[in-house]
Amino acid sequence: MTGPMFALSALLSHWARHKVQAALLLLGLALATALLTGVQAINAEARASYDRAASALSQDNLPRLVAERITVADYVALRRAGWPVSPVIEGEALIGGQTLRLIGIEPLTLPSGVAPDIGLAGDPTGFLTGEVILSAEALNDPRVRPAELPSGVALTDIGVAAGILGPEISYLLLTGDRPAPPGYALIHPATTDLSQLTESFHLNLAAFGYLAFGVGLFIVHSAIGLAFEQRRGMFRTLRALGLSARALTGLLLAELLVFALVAGAAGVLLGWLIAGALLPDVAATLRGLYGAEVGSGLTLRPVWWLSGLGIAVLGMLASAGQSLWRLGRLPVLAPAQSRAWGRESARAMRAQALAGAGLIGLGAALLAVRGLWAGFGVLAGLLLGGALMLPMLMAALTRAGQRLSRGTVAQWFWADTRQQLPGLSLALMALLLALAANIGVGTMVGSFRTSFTTWIDQRLAADLYVEAADEADATRLLAWLGNRAEALPMIRTTDGGTQIVGMVDHPLFRRAWPLLRALPDPWARLDAGDVFINEQLALRRGLAPGDRVEQGVIAGIYPDYGNPMPQVILSWDRHRALYPLPVLRYALITDIRAAEIRAAFPRVVVEDRAAIRKASVAVFERTFAVTAALNVLTLGVAALAMFASLLTLSSLRLPQVAPVWAMGLTRGRLAQLEFLRTLALAALICGLALPLGLALAWVLLAVVNVEAFGWRLPMLLFPGDWLRLGLLSLLAAGLAAALPVRWLARIAPAELLKVFAHER
Amino acid sequence: MNVKAIMLILMACAVSAPASGQGFAGLGSDAGGFEMPGPGPFDFPADHGPHPTFRIEWWYVTANLTAADGTEYGAQWTLFRNALAPHEAGGWASPQIWLAHAALTTATQHLAAEKLARGGIGQAGVTAEPFGAWIDDWELSDHMAARGEGFAFDLALHATGPIVAQGDGGYSVKSAAGQASRYYSQPFYAASGEVELDGKRIPVTGTAWMDREWSSQPLAADQTGWDWFSLSFDDGARLMGFRLRGATDFVSATWIGADGRPEPQPPGALRLTPLRSTTVAGREMPVEWRLELPAKGLDITTRALNDQAWNALSVPYWEGPIRAEGSHPGHGYLEMTGR
Amino acid sequence: MLSLTDVSKGYASSEGGVTVLDGVSLSLAAGETLALTGESGSGKSTLLHLCAGLDAPDTGRIEIAGRPMGRSDAERAALRRSTVGLVFQQFNLIPSLDVAGNLAFQARLAGRHDPRWQADLVATLDLGPLLSRYPEELSGGQQQRVAIGRTLAARPALVLADEPTGNLDEASGDRVMALMLRLVAETGAALLMVTHSPRLAARLDRQVHLRGGRLT
Repeated sequence: MTGPMFALSALLSHWARHKVQAALLLLGLALATALLTGVQAINAEARASYDRAASALSQDNLPRLVAERITVADYVALRRAGWPVSPVIEGEALIGGQTLRLIGIEPLTLPSGVAPDIGLAGDPTGFLTGEVILSAEALNDPRVRPAELPSGVALTDIGVAAGILGPEISYLLLTGDRPAPPGYALIHPATTDLSQLTESFHLNLAAFGYLAFGVGLFIVHSAIGLAFEQRRGMFRTLRALGLSARALTGLLLAELLVFALVAGAAGVLLGWLIAGALLPDVAATLRGLYGAEVGSGLTLRPVWWLSGLGIAVLGMLASAGQSLWRLGRLPVLAPAQSRAWGRESARAMRAQALAGAGLIGLGAALLAVRGLWAGFGVLAGLLLGGALMLPMLMAALTRAGQRLSRGTVAQWFWADTRQQLPGLSLALMALLLALAANIGVGTMVGSFRTSFTTWIDQRLAADLYVEAADEADATRLLAWLGNRAEALPMIRTTDGGTQIVGMVDHPLFRRAWPLLRALPDPWARLDAGDVFINEQLALRRGLAPGDRVEQGVIAGIYPDYGNPMPQVILSWDRHRALYPLPVLRYALITDIRAAEIRAAFPRVVVEDRAAIRKASVAVFERTFAVTAALNVLTLGVAALAMFASLLTLSSLRLPQVAPVWAMGLTRGRLAQLEFLRTLALAALICGLALPLGLALAWVLLAVVNVEAFGWRLPMLLFPGDWLRLGLLSLLAAGLAAALPVRWLARIAPAELLKVFAHER
Repeated sequence: MNVKAIMLILMACAVSAPASGQGFAGLGSDAGGFEMPGPGPFDFPADHGPHPTFRIEWWYVTANLTAADGTEYGAQWTLFRNALAPHEAGGWASPQIWLAHAALTTATQHLAAEKLARGGIGQAGVTAEPFGAWIDDWELSDHMAARGEGFAFDLALHATGPIVAQGDGGYSVKSAAGQASRYYSQPFYAASGEVELDGKRIPVTGTAWMDREWSSQPLAADQTGWDWFSLSFDDGARLMGFRLRGATDFVSATWIGADGRPEPQPPGALRLTPLRSTTVAGREMPVEWRLELPAKGLDITTRALNDQAWNALSVPYWEGPIRAEGSHPGHGYLEMTGR
Repeated sequence: MLSLTDVSKGYASSEGGVTVLDGVSLSLAAGETLALTGESGSGKSTLLHLCAGLDAPDTGRIEIAGRPMGRSDAERAALRRSTVGLVFQQFNLIPSLDVAGNLAFQARLAGRHDPRWQADLVATLDLGPLLSRYPEELSGGQQQRVAIGRTLAARPALVLADEPTGNLDEASGDRVMALMLRLVAETGAALLMVTHSPRLAARLDRQVHLRGGRLT
């Protein structure tokens, strides 16, 4: 065995004797890597889906002509008058047992570059004669050919689509910059694409990923720090035997690299599992919130391996940097047993607290800057600053505890707790971050949920909502309903990225659209040609009642939660004049049951208030299901960090508890106190996490949500949740402390006696 | 959508195409299920309309035009019908696909446009009585009109002579192996109207020539393209001649007297000799030819009005007005494909 | 005050059992001082630990102040709190408490905290300037003086000392030893001190020697 190899095997032998430590190191790094890669994988998958959608359906970006009814004859008439239009029949269809968005195109007139590369270049005969092209969900049908399409979309010739969806043309794609022909409305496609629309959502996920990564690194840092400290004697011996500081550092780097690669590989696999578990929820959310189709299949891409391992190595280096730096400067004859491990001087603690206060100040200054990134900057400043200030605060709190307590043991308890702080502070910071994030996000979600449910109950004022397949159906339905129901027509178009709603002036709608801010007598103004806009649009463009948008003067601003798009309400008549579209949707005030209508009109979609409410709330819940899952994972990682630190400390604690034991406290009592100490620390952290979490919630609600979604919500408090979270974290801390405490309670007296004995 | 791909398929009639030697634009592929042309009299006016049981068919008009100041123009209006299956059906289910080309040529410019449409819905089609052919806003009836990027034309057409059956009473043999088409022409159109170039409208007059042809397999497998002439001589006579290039060239011609009486010439009677070539779109194209038909004392040289009369469309080919000098001065059109 | 009757103690080791003490009997009267000497590994620290109830003998009987040593952790811990004071060679002090806190700790545990007595101790041991310092900020001699003060502050009936000056140079050691003997005499406590130094042993009333697990 060569010299360096011998030295390396000596270094590595440490881990064989400290298996739990090695396991924690690997687990911490693997978890950190897993959460980050998992979140990144989800985001990458979603973005890839958007790209597919963008490239496959760029027809969505062409201006289109709409009308109340477009027949084939209308289309031919336009073509024969020289209009460069191409027809599309589009709708939901049940194909092979699944509901798909069926898009029928006319390939001969479709503007070039619009359709995806579905292999038509080879042989379009099949397409023209009825082939259906689908995304990966290949059906067992020889006419179906899989292709790179957005999930849930089937592309086919217009003839096939007409056979399934009916002959009426949905819209005409128009090339060139022309005004609409008479009888048609020209609708410009959205200017915002999906990736822009959903960016805030992904940023949210990414922020969680980084938070979890940071918390995971706390574990790694404490495990490495301990391993280095415990091997100080060995380092000194190796140095004395002639190994240069550089060679030793190199060997340790190699050791860390091995750990990083092993943990990184495990992390990537774990991350893949996490992503796979969360992706369906994410996909459902994106569909519900943004209408963005994201496939739920996940492939383990090679680039993940690369980025995952890179993340692990970087995280390892970041965690080990301090230890390596110290090692490089270790004199050969330095005392093997330095001052207590991880002990920070009071000065360092003050400097840290000062830096923390500075970060919080910086975050507060960022409040003046608009933008989502600034919002996340505020969050980062708050969290990091809070974490850095924690040791100082905890020292002050334990000092106060010592001063306030009467009994000898109690005073010692607090003094000793304070002495533990340097070694525990990283774990405590991790716990603080996890708890604060939990409280912050929980408060945000809770506030949102309460506002949302109140709002949706108000918005869903009618008894039933119906949508006919075509105008003939609608007419028959209205005739059938007769005077058994009051039917209020509803219509919405999307033009230039803005939803344009036509609204009948009716008490029902007046009730359902409460206005946040308005000019006097807003509904009369709406009738007279003014408009209402949603809060998103108002916040995005800094608009107030009395300002103008393209469609007119703003008479009122209404909340519109859950809608990522700007929306403008026009009076019914103005909307009809601008967009002559078929009226297919009605709100019904009636006591007819939904089932009755469904039985009479199978093609009419009927939803009752409760069903819509349920679906909307479900979308909402799914939106935050992922957040909640990540929250729990982060908390779990923090508990693990706590466990790692306690385990680390317990072996170093003997000289601290042995004298107390010698003076007459039993091991059981000491273990009990040790357990209490952990709980007390957790409780203190909970107490500190509460204000931090509430500050976080405020930033999320007042800054991030406004920037990301465009709505401002009142902040509501949920003390019950805090109590639950507090108990949960006490439980987590108790579990983390259980093993070290058990060990202390059962330690052989001989182990304690060694402290005093000569051989130590 | 790749229009070129569609085109290729339209022309190729992909059903059971042979592995090699499909000829120009697939016209040499076999007839799989389609009706084959045979000799016999035409059935007018029905034969002015489409024949959906045949794979391919065209209505092909070229016009030589002159403005008041003597500037010469050429105009092309062409409608192809291609069938994916040998029948017609209503609505989107129609297997008939229509393709149109229009072009306007001057001594310095050549502008061309293309349109595609499916049959069955009325976007494109042909009616026999009264005669009318159209695709979108392009029309051919008693006038021909089309419009593309930077050009347009609208010309009234007035027949001054009879319809002429080509080949053997309208049965035009295309190869020694017997590939053939049904083929008739109206070479006696007087044309007048307007051409529009870069927004300027110019009154023009001249002559026009319509070819009507349908077949299911007009080319032999080894035939890769053709050089096709339609000439109107100043003395009122007309000449249609083509050379199908293949393993052995197949040359056919019809002499049409000023009274419209066709005199089919035996294969090889017309001699075609390229005199000068020039580079067009990266290929060598013969733009000056010597044509000899000793039986009629014909010995002329043709020159292109514009050497660069290249239709850079999904299936590219050369199509432009020419002028004849020599024993029989006159004008006409030259089409060169598959080079 | 202290009596050991036929006490034996062994440890399991990789080469089988090791007998450390083999039928040791010993008694110490109130106020008496006894030096226990022996080679390294002769079992003298083990004997001291047994007397303090830090460990339990395999066989034999230990009585302190006329009461037999309990078998349970809690009983023995109670004995240490009420009756016994311990001074070790090192790590006597609680690192998280300052000198004042350390001095008062055991006395408070024993419920015998006497501010005046503590003040006397501080004066005698010259600890006044060190009261608010933490153990890691003290020299070895200072630490041992605090340890002695802390032990005697609780007025134990029996002081057990294990090489209390073992980590100190001779001059400091002598000074610390003198202070300890003076204070032990002052409080009337009995003292059992483990030492390998015959010179120190000679300063005590009585000496016993431990060899091969037996007293000689």
